[in-house]
Parts: sequence; C-alpha cells; structure tokens
Amino acid sequence: MDSSDASRQALSLARKFGEPVSMRMDAFQPFAPDALAHAAAEVAASAVFAAGTDRGNDVMARIAARLGLPLAANCIAATPGDPVTVTRLRWGGSLLEEARLHSPRPLITVAPHAVPADAGPAPPEVKPGASVDGVQVSGHVAPSHGGVSLAEAKVIVSGGRGVGSKEGFAIIEELAGLLGAPVGCSRAVTSAGWRPHSDQVGQTGTKVAPEVYIACGISGATQHMAGLKGAKRILAINSDPQAPMMLNADYTVTGDLKEIVPAISAEIRKRR
Amino acid sequence: MSPHEECGVEEAVRLIQGYRGESVVLTLGPPEATEQLRDAMAMGIDRAVHLQTDGQEWDGEGTAAALLDAIRADEAANGPFDLVFFGNESADAAGFQVGIRVAFALGRPCVTGLKKVTLEGSSVRCEQEVEDGRDVYVVPLPAVLTVKEGLNLPRYPSVPGKMRARSKPVAVSTPARPAPRLELVKLAVPAGQGRRAESLGVGPTAAPAVVEMLQKAGVL
Repeated sequence: MDSSDASRQALSLARKFGEPVSMRMDAFQPFAPDALAHAAAEVAASAVFAAGTDRGNDVMARIAARLGLPLAANCIAATPGDPVTVTRLRWGGSLLEEARLHSPRPLITVAPHAVPADAGPAPPEVKPGASVDGVQVSGHVAPSHGGVSLAEAKVIVSGGRGVGSKEGFAIIEELAGLLGAPVGCSRAVTSAGWRPHSDQVGQTGTKVAPEVYIACGISGATQHMAGLKGAKRILAINSDPQAPMMLNADYTVTGDLKEIVPAISAEIRKRR
Repeated sequence: MSPHEECGVEEAVRLIQGYRGESVVLTLGPPEATEQLRDAMAMGIDRAVHLQTDGQEWDGEGTAAALLDAIRADEAANGPFDLVFFGNESADAAGFQVGIRVAFALGRPCVTGLKKVTLEGSSVRCEQEVEDGRDVYVVPLPAVLTVKEGLNLPRYPSVPGKMRARSKPVAVSTPARPAPRLELVKLAVPAGQGRRAESLGVGPTAAPAVVEMLQKAGVL
C-alpha cells in the first residue's frame, strides 16, 4: 500500500478479514513489481488486499500467478466466508458483478473512489526481504505538457464531438486558461485526431476527480461517465437536453456551446 | 474489439511491417468473436486462433490457462513469438490479470499498462504512464506486454484489407472450461448516482449563473 486515498479505501475492506499489516508499493526503489509480488506472497497472510490502481492491480496479478490463486480485481465490497463473496465493477462501473471467490487466500483489489477511506490507525508495516530478479523501472520520462494534470485538477474543461473540429477547441482552451484548468476530451475527439489521447477522460483514458467537471458537447457514453465517478460536480453544456450527460449532470446549460462557452469566459473577465 | 486490444493489434501490425515476420491474433470467446478476428486481420494481422466458447463466463485464471496452451501449441508448431501483446484489462470483465498469468507461466518478463513500445535490438523499451510522467522499463525478448489505448492511433481497415482478411486462416478449437474459482453469480445495474440536474439556463444568458456556481464551488 501507499499513503493514498485508494490504499485507505482498500484498508477499509481488509479490516473485515482480520488484523491487517501493510507492505508499501514503493518498498523497492525503483519500483520492481516482480520482487514486490515475491515479497508479498511470502507474508503468511490469510488474505491480501491492494488498491485497484494500475500498480495495485499489476502487483496483485503477479502474486496470483505466483501462488496459483484466483484474483478478484476492481471490487467495491467483500465479505469473509467460504467462499468469500465480492462485488466487482464491470464495464467501467456501469454493471455490478456479484461473485464467489473460492480461494484459500483471497486476493482482492479495491476499485478507487468506490468505498469510503479507512479512518483508523495505520497498520504495522512489514518490510520485504531480499529482492528477486524481475522487471523493474530503469528510467523516467517527464510529462510532455506543463501545467496541471487531469488526474489532479480541481476544475476541468472538457470537449466532445459537439465542439465540431480541432480548431473548435480554441474556445474550450480559452475558458480553461481563465480557470487555470487542463483541457479534457471524449474518445470521439481523440479518435478523430482533434486532441492527443493524453487529454482523454474515461474508462480507457484518465479517471478524474475535480471539484467541477465542465462537459461541453459531450453526449455522456457510459465509457466516458466511467472516468467521472470521482467528480464532485458536473456542469453539462449541450444542445440536446436528453443527452445522457445532461441527465447525469448536477448543473446544465442547454444550447449551442459555441455561444455559451465564450459567454462564460466573457463573464469571468468582466468580474475581474 | 475493445480499445486496448485494438492498440495491441495495431502495434503488432506496425512492428511486422517494420521488421518482417508474422503476426497472429488470438482470442477466447463465443463464435461471434470471429468478427473481431476478421477485423484484426483486415488491419494487417496474418492469421487467427479462435478458442471457441459457448458464451459462458470464463474467469481470468481459466482464460489465461487456455491462451497459454494455445500459445505453447502454436510455438511448438511455428516457432516462438518474440512479443505477445495483451490489453491491460478487458473492457467488460476488468480482471487485470490474463497477460501477467500467461507471462509468468511462460517464464517471460511482463510489463503492464504501456503507452509506448520501442524495439532496441534484442530488448524492448516500454513506457508506462504514471502520475508524474512515464516510467521506463527495458526487458529482453521474448516478452509479454500489456497495453493501453493511446499507445497508437489504430488504423481503419481498408476495403482491400477487408477483402484479404476473408481468405486468411482462422484455426478454431474448443477448450474445456475449468470450474471458475472467481465464480460469477449475477450482474446488476447499479442504483443511480442520485444526481439531479439543476438547469442554470438556456443559451449564453446562463453565463452569470455558471460563474456564480463556479465561485460557490471554490474554483474561481
């Protein structure tokens, strides 16, 4: 585990299975998932939990492969027993799977942003033994764009097919600039080549958790909504009041985003 | 085809175009999955292996075991694969494990969640997206890589590509389904998130209400 919210969320499910101990995801520096999986598999635990982050899922699958045991990934609930019963997120959270996990040592990852974080004391930490051979990080590339990342942004201005073209994003960028926000987009936009994939929000893009997510001309396919589960407030701007995004938002403005978005930018300037 | 897998197929096609060799697409799924195999071959994959199911759910362990057997059989007949690509996780079941299990059983290195793959002699350089940029791994061939959408921009199959795909071979077999140890009981639609949209207005006249909402939310 690490100190993140996702780890505290995993801990809240783990406590139902006994007195937890913890091992840090960054116990080996640089990150070495095979060595970490080997070390975690050596701990005499009755169950193993990890945050369902990229690294958590990666290391837990390596533990499962080593031990020859099943793995229940992406869970939002788990109840001890024989078998253990779990509830998993499928299709980016648009379907819930109830499943039985038949295993002498349940291995479970917990979907981020889906369960409350544990507020109890930090469990005692187990240090791994000697490292073993395996893949490990050997270098790092800094992000290609400066500014706030989508995953950490407090506010995001995002555009969909309704923006109309690559050039159409100028008004989205203008509003984002005024708010100090990164620009996001839907999959339709990246597939059309209007924006790089690094801007994509959704199940196969970045999962975001801003205070406000401003969705301009985004229809709101389930794959896009899957990336918004952590968003506190969604403002949808769309010409179709029946678009799924409009029905799943907290606030809506109905109409042509090409008029509305510049009007919001002008209003912000006026008040400064 | 799901987005991650489509990028894996595209990467394989590009590598073979650049370095020569043969590419094979492999899936476990019901008879209708043939359509996705044809799509992959229309993009440029040379042949397909279809492990046909009767539509029942296979868990990650069972899927990995069946794919492993098929890869071993293909390698025994046609020689080893330098690279095996998997989607990082399936769009539907989200098990996050099949590629890693296959790699472990084959005794090959596995790197997951890749956004860039570059061959460097007998090694492959892999870039994995992390919070503050990308981590780099360099692993020797043969290797197993799991990839994510954004690795590349997959091509649309051309009409001649689709024509050629019709005559490319698909080897079909029907492996026995082991009793799943992660056993699906039922699927349900989650209760709504309880969001009740509040209209801030229609058209550009809504701008002041939007700005007030942004101020109240503390982002302006």
